[in-house]
Amino acid sequence: MKVYLDNNSTTPMDEKVKKIYCQSSDIFGNVNVIYDLGIEARKAMNKAYDIIYPGIGASDEDDILITSSTTEGNNAVIKTFLDAYLKGSDKKHIITTIAEHSSIKAPCAYAKTLGMEVTYLYTDENGRIKLDELVDAIRDDTALISVLFASNESGAIQPIKEIGEIAKKYNIPFHCDGAQAIGKSKLNVRELGVDYFTFSAHKFHGPKGIGGLYIKKGAPFLNLIHGGNQMGGKRGGSVYLNGMVAMAEALRLANEHLDEMYTKVAKLRDKLEDAILQIPDTKTYVDKKQRLPNSVIASFRGIEGEAMLWDLNLNKIYAATGSSCSSERLEGSEVLEALGEDPEIAHTGIIFSLSRFTTEEEIDYVIEKLPKIVERLRSISMTYAKVKPN
Amino acid sequence: MGRNDLITGNVWEQYSNKVIERMNNPKFLGEFSEEEAKKRGAKLVVADFGSEACGDSVRLYWLVDPKTDKIIDARFKSFGCGTAIASSDMMTELTIGKTVDEAMKITNLDVEKALRDEPDKPAFPPQKMHCSVMAYDVIIEAAAKYKGEDAKKLKNSEIVCECARVTRGEIEEIVRKHNVKTIEELQKYTDAGTYCKSCVAPGGHEERDVYLVDIIKEVQEEMKKEKFEKGAESQKFEDMSLVKKIKAVEEILDKKIKPALAMDGGSLELIDVKENGDKFEVYVRYLGACASCASGMMTLMGIEDELNRSLNTDKIKVIQI
Repeated sequence: MKVYLDNNSTTPMDEKVKKIYCQSSDIFGNVNVIYDLGIEARKAMNKAYDIIYPGIGASDEDDILITSSTTEGNNAVIKTFLDAYLKGSDKKHIITTIAEHSSIKAPCAYAKTLGMEVTYLYTDENGRIKLDELVDAIRDDTALISVLFASNESGAIQPIKEIGEIAKKYNIPFHCDGAQAIGKSKLNVRELGVDYFTFSAHKFHGPKGIGGLYIKKGAPFLNLIHGGNQMGGKRGGSVYLNGMVAMAEALRLANEHLDEMYTKVAKLRDKLEDAILQIPDTKTYVDKKQRLPNSVIASFRGIEGEAMLWDLNLNKIYAATGSSCSSERLEGSEVLEALGEDPEIAHTGIIFSLSRFTTEEEIDYVIEKLPKIVERLRSISMTYAKVKPN
Repeated sequence: MGRNDLITGNVWEQYSNKVIERMNNPKFLGEFSEEEAKKRGAKLVVADFGSEACGDSVRLYWLVDPKTDKIIDARFKSFGCGTAIASSDMMTELTIGKTVDEAMKITNLDVEKALRDEPDKPAFPPQKMHCSVMAYDVIIEAAAKYKGEDAKKLKNSEIVCECARVTRGEIEEIVRKHNVKTIEELQKYTDAGTYCKSCVAPGGHEERDVYLVDIIKEVQEEMKKEKFEKGAESQKFEDMSLVKKIKAVEEILDKKIKPALAMDGGSLELIDVKENGDKFEVYVRYLGACASCASGMMTLMGIEDELNRSLNTDKIKVIQI
């Protein structure tokens, strides 16, 4: 049996989405042409937008640019404000959080090299930022607030609506990285009060290489990709039409199955979490009420995360770790450290993330294998050695 | 960069079968107790290196025959990734049957080579090499414990690249010999900095006391200075430009004359120089004890002799102001 529990990283395509993806690849016409194939392509785009706009709660006067990924959208938002600063704006300050994905942290770091300033808000024991700290961080020259919807590691959901209200009160544009939002939460960007919202189809059983960038009417925007007049001139390049059609279908299905996420998937997650906690010296994090229904991050004292992934892989169980000694940083999971963990425990984090396709049989299989894996790796571990240095 | 660097997950396919086998089934995993050591007539040595807070640590157990200093058996415990566990296992095996002094010669490079399936194919990807460096460190820790010495004394403190075990001296020699100016040029002659890359420049996996880029820069600066000095020495004083003549004179005064005068509490300062026909006049003022010394004139002649001898000329005349 193979058990895929790394759904916060990427998801398998839904069979229904696959079907539409393949079918719509026959609609190959250029959307800009006069002949029939162009009409067909424009119709397909319109139909996809008919699903995407209400699917995230956008108004028709807003823009939803079709991008390659959340990463592209995140970069476009940060660089919109960097561009304004470089052209003379006195707004040089960005507020974000330490829990962000690298697709926010990296462009922020880049903006810093060009003179902007970035405040990274810390998170509490439940992985959430404190609203009063956000207010304290706001300055006269704050250009943007960017907070992710939920962490792909801890699963902690941020108080986006409240942040939106604060941003509105101080008249600061607000971006939300929504990579972990669709299919896990009922979404309405207008109600959330965001000016920008970014997402990727592959996070909700759609294809890779296609995503969206929501821009509220009136919010400033810098075109990153100059070319043709596609996307109203805001993003050049031929529209990845069958990707867009498939993303619309994936979004429709994600919203349709939303209740399942809070019933079946959450129940399976809880079953797995309870079983993990039965193993001695383990710990899970973030209050379930403030966590994505499909996620659990756990620490296993004495077992380095990468070694754990190795053994899980041997048993055909696929999960994630927040720390890896092949990664850029040798430190443990930044997220676990932010949740108040000691560095030696931060190196032992494993993230299990389920999807609507995860079955009880699969979870039972993991529950059966996990104690044996932990036992073997702890037999190697120094933490559990009896004889100490003389 | 190139095609191979564009597929970032490639590292996971670059493990030898031996590494995979040792990760899955370490042969020398375990520990020894004092009772067991006593039964086998051996001294128990237990040493740690690394820390779980840093993500990698290893504990080495040796049973050493005190009569022969031979390691009769060894075991390990480890906290780390697959590479760290496999390397610890192989390192433990390599120490068995060796004397403590022989074991001290084992490095992470020996461990990596022993884990290869084929002689020319690395056992694991270069960025994982830093997970194996603990092998050398923990052996030194254990040896130091056995000998009752300080591990720092036994270590080669000059190692700059721990992955490839290259010393500062070796790097400096390569830079000088091949006039190396960049990391790329350096890596034509050494593996330093080709593995985890921490030692190349700040901002890598681990912080280092010294980086390859700094050593290259320092040696290049030294070489420049030496070249200038050599040039100054090899060029005939008469053929030097005025600026070079002044610098050459100043250097002799600073290096040879002033230290000698300072021994008697005196000194001098260079006030001016003039080219007068084929003569080069050096105007100096005595300072400190020299200013009131009765032998000032004698000293002046001595200074003139020294300048002419050092600069291989007879054209310098020293005049006191």
